[in-house]
Amino acid sequence: MSQTQTIDPSDVGNRSAVQSVVNKQETVKMPKGQISTVALEKSYFKGQHKIPVLRGVEVAVNEGEFVSIVGQSGSGKSTLLHLIGLLDTPDVGEILMNGDRIDDLPEKSRDQLRNHVFGFIFQFYHLLPELSLLENVMSPLMIRHSLWSFWKQRRAMREQACEIIAKVGLGHRMKHKPSELSGGEMQRAAIARALITKPTVLLADEPTGNLDSDTGGEIMDLLASLNEHDRLTIVMVTHDDSIARQAHRIVRLKEGRIEAVDRAA
Amino acid sequence: MYKLLLCLRYLRTRYIALASIISVTLGVATMIVVNSVMAGFSTEMRERIHGLLADVVIETNSLDGVPDAEEHLALVRQAAGDYIESMTTTVEVYGMLSFQYHGQWITRPVTLIGIDPGEKAKVGPLKDFLQSYRPTIVDGRMTEPAQRSMDVPPGWTLTESAQEYRQWWIERQQMMIHGLGEEDDSLPTPLVPGESVTPPFKGEDPGPPIFDEFPNSNASTDEPGAAQQDDSAVAAPTPADSEPSTPLIADESGPTFAPPQFEPPPFEAEGAPELPDSAGWVGLLDGRLYVGMGLISFPYEDDKGKVQTLMMVKPGDDVKLSTVTSGRPPDTTHFNATVVDVFKSGMSEYDSNLVFCNLEYLQKVRGMVDPSTGVRSITSIQIKLKDETDAKVVVERLQAVFPPGRYSVKTWEQKQGPLLAAVDIESAILNVLLFLIIAVAGFGILAIFYMIVVEKTRDIGILKALGAGSGGIMSIFLSYGLALGIVGSGVGVGIGILFVHYINEIEGFITWITGHKVFDERIYYFPEIPTSINASMVIWVAVGAMTIAVLASILPARRAARLRPVEALRFE
Repeated sequence: MSQTQTIDPSDVGNRSAVQSVVNKQETVKMPKGQISTVALEKSYFKGQHKIPVLRGVEVAVNEGEFVSIVGQSGSGKSTLLHLIGLLDTPDVGEILMNGDRIDDLPEKSRDQLRNHVFGFIFQFYHLLPELSLLENVMSPLMIRHSLWSFWKQRRAMREQACEIIAKVGLGHRMKHKPSELSGGEMQRAAIARALITKPTVLLADEPTGNLDSDTGGEIMDLLASLNEHDRLTIVMVTHDDSIARQAHRIVRLKEGRIEAVDRAA
Repeated sequence: MYKLLLCLRYLRTRYIALASIISVTLGVATMIVVNSVMAGFSTEMRERIHGLLADVVIETNSLDGVPDAEEHLALVRQAAGDYIESMTTTVEVYGMLSFQYHGQWITRPVTLIGIDPGEKAKVGPLKDFLQSYRPTIVDGRMTEPAQRSMDVPPGWTLTESAQEYRQWWIERQQMMIHGLGEEDDSLPTPLVPGESVTPPFKGEDPGPPIFDEFPNSNASTDEPGAAQQDDSAVAAPTPADSEPSTPLIADESGPTFAPPQFEPPPFEAEGAPELPDSAGWVGLLDGRLYVGMGLISFPYEDDKGKVQTLMMVKPGDDVKLSTVTSGRPPDTTHFNATVVDVFKSGMSEYDSNLVFCNLEYLQKVRGMVDPSTGVRSITSIQIKLKDETDAKVVVERLQAVFPPGRYSVKTWEQKQGPLLAAVDIESAILNVLLFLIIAVAGFGILAIFYMIVVEKTRDIGILKALGAGSGGIMSIFLSYGLALGIVGSGVGVGIGILFVHYINEIEGFITWITGHKVFDERIYYFPEIPTSINASMVIWVAVGAMTIAVLASILPARRAARLRPVEALRFE
């Protein structure tokens, strides 16, 4: 039905049919943004006061694109990233993935999407302190699989985790606890954890914000190579212009609105 | 999978949470100890009560009893014969027991029960309570084997040592009377109990004969004053005092009384040849008694602080009994009887109240034998059932046969209803209180879990960002609560069982430290603290504690589950 590329009136109400058409068009024709947001608005309450953070943000990130979002503190860049990664829900607006709306999905599906599609990297690494590096890296897989299926596939998963850890250059630190790692190592571990689920979109919230410039540079190189070799879509939030310039595009936010979209390199 | 891993990791790394379950542990341990000790007491007590009472007891409301035991037994058999294993008829009446000790007459109110020991032993473990069937145990070691083997049915004969003892004091008495009689003919013979005492008390304090050391003649000859004084008066020939008036020489009293196998062996063979007239004295009186330990002894603390029991009357002694006849109106009567054995059930209520007498003699003394027909009256029938659990049915059937105006039919539990109910209520209340302690521990867990959830907010955010659902987060904390509950109650069960196992050692240790006896056997009648660990009780307590731990973790777990990932991650 979707191959006809015409929308049957009887199918108007059927969103999946509409979207499958859209998808078809998208893949066939122009590479529409893999992730896009439509008129996102979000505000927080501080006591009685409503503080608007995002006031109608429309961003589109194409597949395989490396986009950085820059802005002052409080400009809403982290909130935007959280909304894209389904960690929060927008007050107004939509988040589309390949044209499908994903922000209003039920809780379970959102959890699944976070686990399967998105990889998160945070400024403060956010590794679980009780687990070793290897266990931290494997944790998304543990979340994905039940006890039984994890047990059956544990060797394969372990190998996979070891591979990725080796890839980020931490092969010698497998059994260490996060508290025994340096900042750069922890961030690499966090990247390894984000990669193990084979995500399509990597969301990085100030990945170098807590690192010195050398280490930050290494992390940026790693991200760039992931983008280049694995065709990973990366959305990175930063307030450092020099870091932001390593991306393909820079989206500048100011007071909850898009100020400018620059082409970087 | 991550739930289990994290739960186990938290268990290993959050020691503060372990601190919170110490109260659970202690609560569980206390509950197990208290329940075990109470169950031990209660089982022991029930066993003892049950041992003395039969499964079902039919009693007449009147002390006069009802005639014709055989007819009644037949009625019972007809009504509920299928359930019944054995029956015995008894006569129960109130009376007074008098004996002389240290020159004083000691009188005790008693319940006098006429039994046929052979039959009685079939409805309850009578032998277990008779001292002659029990080995002498001092400090947990057997110092003397039991004087009778358990194969011998209980009867009205003396044990060898009691015979020796009886012979010895009677010889002494004879010698005394004889000797004094030669010196001074004016001395009244025969002696009347309660009047003058011969020989005069010599002023030396005789070492009290200690229970479990039946004196052989050698050991006791150095205290003739006491022995003679105690016993001579009672056993003295007192025809006027005794009814029927021919009890002096039991062996002559005819076959109606002691069955042949219970006949005391003739003493002439052993009797001292130089005292020819002692032979008749050594014979037992017609009245034969098992006397409750508490009636004729008292506990005291010796120089070393050990509790000893002092026997004022021993098997082989004669005592005096007063009771009422079954005539109309009832009249008082009294008779002398020989103490054949001492019984100790461990229930002080019984041990300081009951005196068992030979049924035929009691019936005769109380005038319960119809002079013309020879039909004997009884006051109660004790019934042992094949299956104890049928007691209710049997009682119902028997109540239909025996009208409540004249008889009361009860199970042993009904007879001791108030006591057993009191014990049950006590234990129920204790359980409620102790369980409240564990519930209080639950609130400690709740508070500490809240702290942990706050502390782990960031981790919860990470897990959610990685795709963990609310249910998963919740189950981490619920299973954490369960794990704490398992650890807490597991350790508690261990401590509790160990405590119960070594409770007597612990009691000894506390006594040693404080110098104050915690468990005084003079009060409790048990040589050591009885315990009984009930597996289902332990499981219930443990499961209860785990449930409380899980319940206490529900609120914090819900809070954790409801955290939105962004809020959780904003803690930076």
